[in-house]
Amino acid sequence: MATQVLLPALSPTMTEGKIAKWLKQEGDTVASGDVLLEIETDKATMEVEAVEEGILGKILVPDGTDGVAVNTPIAVIVEDGEEVPEGTGAAPAAAAPAAPAEAPAPEAKSEAAPAAAPPAAAAVADEPDYSGPMKTMTVREALNAAMFEEMRRDESVFLMGEEVAQYQGAYKISQGLLDEFGDKRVIDTPITEQGFAGLGVGAAFLELKPIVEFMTFNFAMQAIDQIINSAAKTLYMSGGQMGASIVFRGPNGAAARVGAQHSQCYASWYAHCPGLKVLAPWSAADAKGLLKSAIRDPNPVIFLENEILYGQSFEVPDDEDWTLPIGKAKIEKPGADVTLVGYSIAVGICMEAAAKLAEEGIDAEVINLRSVRPIDVETLVESVKKTNRIVSVGEGWPTCGIGSEVTQLMCEHAFDYLDAPPVRVAGADVPMPYAANLEALALPKAANVVEAAKSVLYV
Amino acid sequence: MARSPKTPAKSKAPAKSTASKSSKSGPTPDELKQYYREMLVIRRFEEKAGQLYGMGLIGGFCHLYIGQEAVVVGMQAAAEPQDTVITSYRDHGHMLACGMDPKGVMAELTGRRGGYSKGKGGSMHMFSREKNFFGGHGIVGAQVPLGTGLAFAHKYKGDGGVCMVYFGDGAINQGQVYESFNMAAIWNLPVIYVIENNKYGMGTSIERTSKTPDLHTRGAAHGIPGEPVDGMDVIAVQEAAARALKQCREGKGPVILEMKTYRYRGHSMSDPAKYRTKEEVQKVRREHDPIDTLAHKLLEAKVVTEDDLKAIDKEVKAMANEAAEFAQQSPEPDVSELWTDVLLEA
Repeated sequence: MATQVLLPALSPTMTEGKIAKWLKQEGDTVASGDVLLEIETDKATMEVEAVEEGILGKILVPDGTDGVAVNTPIAVIVEDGEEVPEGTGAAPAAAAPAAPAEAPAPEAKSEAAPAAAPPAAAAVADEPDYSGPMKTMTVREALNAAMFEEMRRDESVFLMGEEVAQYQGAYKISQGLLDEFGDKRVIDTPITEQGFAGLGVGAAFLELKPIVEFMTFNFAMQAIDQIINSAAKTLYMSGGQMGASIVFRGPNGAAARVGAQHSQCYASWYAHCPGLKVLAPWSAADAKGLLKSAIRDPNPVIFLENEILYGQSFEVPDDEDWTLPIGKAKIEKPGADVTLVGYSIAVGICMEAAAKLAEEGIDAEVINLRSVRPIDVETLVESVKKTNRIVSVGEGWPTCGIGSEVTQLMCEHAFDYLDAPPVRVAGADVPMPYAANLEALALPKAANVVEAAKSVLYV
Repeated sequence: MARSPKTPAKSKAPAKSTASKSSKSGPTPDELKQYYREMLVIRRFEEKAGQLYGMGLIGGFCHLYIGQEAVVVGMQAAAEPQDTVITSYRDHGHMLACGMDPKGVMAELTGRRGGYSKGKGGSMHMFSREKNFFGGHGIVGAQVPLGTGLAFAHKYKGDGGVCMVYFGDGAINQGQVYESFNMAAIWNLPVIYVIENNKYGMGTSIERTSKTPDLHTRGAAHGIPGEPVDGMDVIAVQEAAARALKQCREGKGPVILEMKTYRYRGHSMSDPAKYRTKEEVQKVRREHDPIDTLAHKLLEAKVVTEDDLKAIDKEVKAMANEAAEFAQQSPEPDVSELWTDVLLEA
């Protein structure tokens, strides 16, 4: 049976080519893999190999022809003794193959703006009512307890990272875990962030549930390819066949006087990426309830702790079964005049600012985001409906930060309720300085929040 | 609305040979015939993929495995069902050798709903949990820590599995490869690092990127034994794989196998391959082609006749055609799939 040779696409962007030179002539025998001709593409001169065996019956497009569209019949291969069929090459083959590479996927174009139309997010369960006994714990103790409880609950949970085992944790978050669970499940790694982050993701592909501790998130920059490309994208790339149930945790943001390379907030970096959940707890209750949920979650979760909060104490439900829903913000202090929204250490700054504002008769509502991906838009909108003013507070840099996202979300979802443009209070747009006075200037403080709140209140 | 099943419907996936994997006396005639068939499946599949790419039915990047077939077929011939496989983006051959359905693979190449990833992964990103194939990864070297993690999980679970991590000579200079070697060595992980040395990392020859061309020695600093293997000889590969797997299963830790192999086609479809001579390629094809070499051996040993080989060829060609047909008939994914599989419900 005669077969047409079509001008092939030889690169992702090629739409047409030039027939540079036929290396086989009419009547020549060709075998699969023989070079038939050379064509010039948008990138280079390429050889075209035969994929069928037979005899080159007819060359339809001669040497030197330019501007030949991809999929144009350029020759006919016949079997031994077979004639070239009449009319071959007059028009593209009837069974002209489907769209060339560049043809836009019709669906993608017909949707006005697919990116703006994701399906409505599934409703997040409210925080469960809890009236049981409470216990005073530091954030450090809460994180430690969460890991103890979840490792007891599920054999497939293990912890790995630098100094997590014998040293008992660089910040003592993993204290005691080695003694109870042994070195099979509490694993000291070499200093090799990209390696052990990738190793954790691979283990999660086989249904283990790793907790990967970064001594700080600054060092996770070494591993961010594995976090984004391997952990966050695999579920999608595999059509839902496999993903990674894994927690990447450690302190994030500024500590104190450790300079530019050890003092950065990564919340917006990770919050940018679909396929991740990103949590930023403030209180010890947040820390325990959210870390337990993160470990149980079937998705990759970035868990951003804060070194300065580790030693702070809070009341925590004294119940091993108590967890917090991921994606739900918490109103830490109800108020009527202005909404102050923060995550991680900034929630404490908001609380301090709210106390100062109260002294001046301003009733601020403080919202603890808890999760920066997803962001609890509903709670924010309900608050703005009430206060008509919002100030977002975070330690990260202002540009493309969590505050920018909160502001835009309010413009999209609560514009008609706003009586003033939303305002961001963020870290100074500079690498973190070392000098004590400069470092203090670079970080948001309650006074900045008070000032911002007054600006949106026009007082 | 109709949803595609998670894995494509079974068709004539190449049957896996399961007989006598330890093969102290070498592969049986039937096994050798099976290797021939499996290598041919990859060759014909890849030729067909190249053809569909030329027709504009496959988009983006497409990296063909033609020339390297003996590596993955020989490795899989020695593997057991609990073993896992992970590789880079030159992955079609590995999927077929793992027993994945050619129709589902080809339909992924064309971006259709019948593909292994429902059309959302493409040539470089396919997976089969069922066949223990873990991708399909596009960042050079990133699969090496991932595969080391699979090996970690084998050891943690005590399931007796070994992970075979494939990467090329192009990946050998990535830092994370050595991070992985180190962890695999200190934790004695059951992992075989299969370096597919096809002599060129994209367009740059190994001589220009590596001071020492013997890549199997790259584990020496970590105490990982390495062995060079003729990657164009499926029997040599199968034997080396059997030795390495035995060592891993005995708990002796990781092994490096450096497969000296060759790719006939460019790095990807748009590579004119000007960095090497036509004669170099032709010489390998003529003198070391893994499929021709085995065919010759089989004929010489009178294990098969020319007619037997022709019959296999015909059957395999039909399989490739069937895969191509399916890949064109399968519809594009439903638009709703844009938003699925981002997160699992907690």
